[in-house]
Amino acid sequence: MAVTELPSKGGFSFDLCRRNDMLSKKGTKPPSYRKTGTTIVGLIFQDGVILGADTRATAGSIVCDKNCEKIHYMAPNIYCCGAGTAADTEAVTDMVSSQLQLHRYHTARESRVVTALTLLKSYLFKYQGHVQAALVLGGVDVTGPHLHTIYPHGSTDTLPFATMGSGSLAAMAVFESKYREGLTKEEGISLVSEAICSGIFNDLGSGSNVDISVITKGHKEYLRNHQLPNPRSYVSSKGYSFPKKTDVLLTKITPLKEKVEVIEVGDAMEE
Amino acid sequence: MDLNMNDLNQPHSMGTTIIGVTYNGGVVLGADSRTSTGMYVANRASDKITQLTDNVYICRSGSAADSQIVSDYVRYFLHQHTIQLGQPATVKVAANLVRLLSYNNKNMLQTGIIVGGWDKYEGGKIYGVPLGGTIIEQPFAIGGSGSSYLYGFFDQAWREGMTREEAEQLVVKAVSLAIARDGASGGVVRTVTINSEGMTRKFYPGDKLPLWHEELEPHNSLLDILNNPGPEPMNI
Repeated sequence: MAVTELPSKGGFSFDLCRRNDMLSKKGTKPPSYRKTGTTIVGLIFQDGVILGADTRATAGSIVCDKNCEKIHYMAPNIYCCGAGTAADTEAVTDMVSSQLQLHRYHTARESRVVTALTLLKSYLFKYQGHVQAALVLGGVDVTGPHLHTIYPHGSTDTLPFATMGSGSLAAMAVFESKYREGLTKEEGISLVSEAICSGIFNDLGSGSNVDISVITKGHKEYLRNHQLPNPRSYVSSKGYSFPKKTDVLLTKITPLKEKVEVIEVGDAMEE
Repeated sequence: MDLNMNDLNQPHSMGTTIIGVTYNGGVVLGADSRTSTGMYVANRASDKITQLTDNVYICRSGSAADSQIVSDYVRYFLHQHTIQLGQPATVKVAANLVRLLSYNNKNMLQTGIIVGGWDKYEGGKIYGVPLGGTIIEQPFAIGGSGSSYLYGFFDQAWREGMTREEAEQLVVKAVSLAIARDGASGGVVRTVTINSEGMTRKFYPGDKLPLWHEELEPHNSLLDILNNPGPEPMNI
């Protein structure tokens, strides 16, 4: 009778840790997180704030979502673009937006952008950069329009125009040469989408479409897929047809009973 | 080129020049405006002179996240202290709170701070709180990566009992000298002057700073093309 190692009753099995150690010693790379190698931007215009983002999500060199949403809701008057690890940006913005909602129930007043900023930065600082979220926070509150950037380590900046993510350099080049004070809404939207497009076309981590969010006093607009600079350019004129069922390749049946010797050992199972 | 994507993931540090100088009647604080991550300038117009109370300001250097957290805590403690005391906190108390946080959390923090301000008991005072969390009362203090270019200059140029104008000019000259030699410092020069009258902020654009050895006048610059007359020093 063959001797087999039976797992002991209860407890955890750490066999896979040893396997993973062995694999990493042999040079196997562990799977990567889904990152939003991203271009996100924001600017202040004459009556509010405009936020913009591309829609590509990547895991390493693979594009794993071609049309994701990177502009997150924080409060009715505050939105936040996220770059970095997708799970972290999603989790941190969801958590803070829930805290803001409770704070609004408590105070019966519109949320302020600085409140969101302080909650985000203190959370990120606590995790010393391990929560990989780089954010562009924008909104209009009782004190006017505000735009902030928040880095994974918890530092914040207050700026009239801001860019973040791997495409930030390409987008900042556009802002630095064309931004001015007192842009109209239309000028602002076209500058933001030009900056995002510069990220989409010049940065490998960014791509697909342009999402835009416009926030003014008492009003907001979410322009999902405002611009589609990368449509599917080739569709077969004949169309595509797929067989309705799997082809049968083999009909010969090989009975397994004859190949395998079944040895009945051990006690019958009891309840 | 050294610039790569890892740079953008590095913590924000303020390769900085910060200065605090006392004069007869108050203090002048000065700083450049560059915040960088590795080789990328993340913010070219940042404000490193942060308000704690009406009469106490600090110059921040090192990790941006760390220095912001420290100043947020100290501001909160000073507000509480001001309410309990019923009068403005002294510069010494402010500096001691900065020291307390810097010293107790020295393993976690990477920040050097200059505290400056005016109070009715001791007049204008400058305190340096460098990396380990010690506290040093000084007639003038310099900090950040750009300060290494300034020790000799201050030994030569600083005098006891300067006027306000002399002190402000000294600070602007020193920061612009450091900007000229230190790659991690740059942008504009910001100053804050604090005395018995209150505080005054000033702003000196990068293209209006004095030119030093081998520096050239702006030529065909974007600013000329846009025909944008540089702003005068701003008074807030």
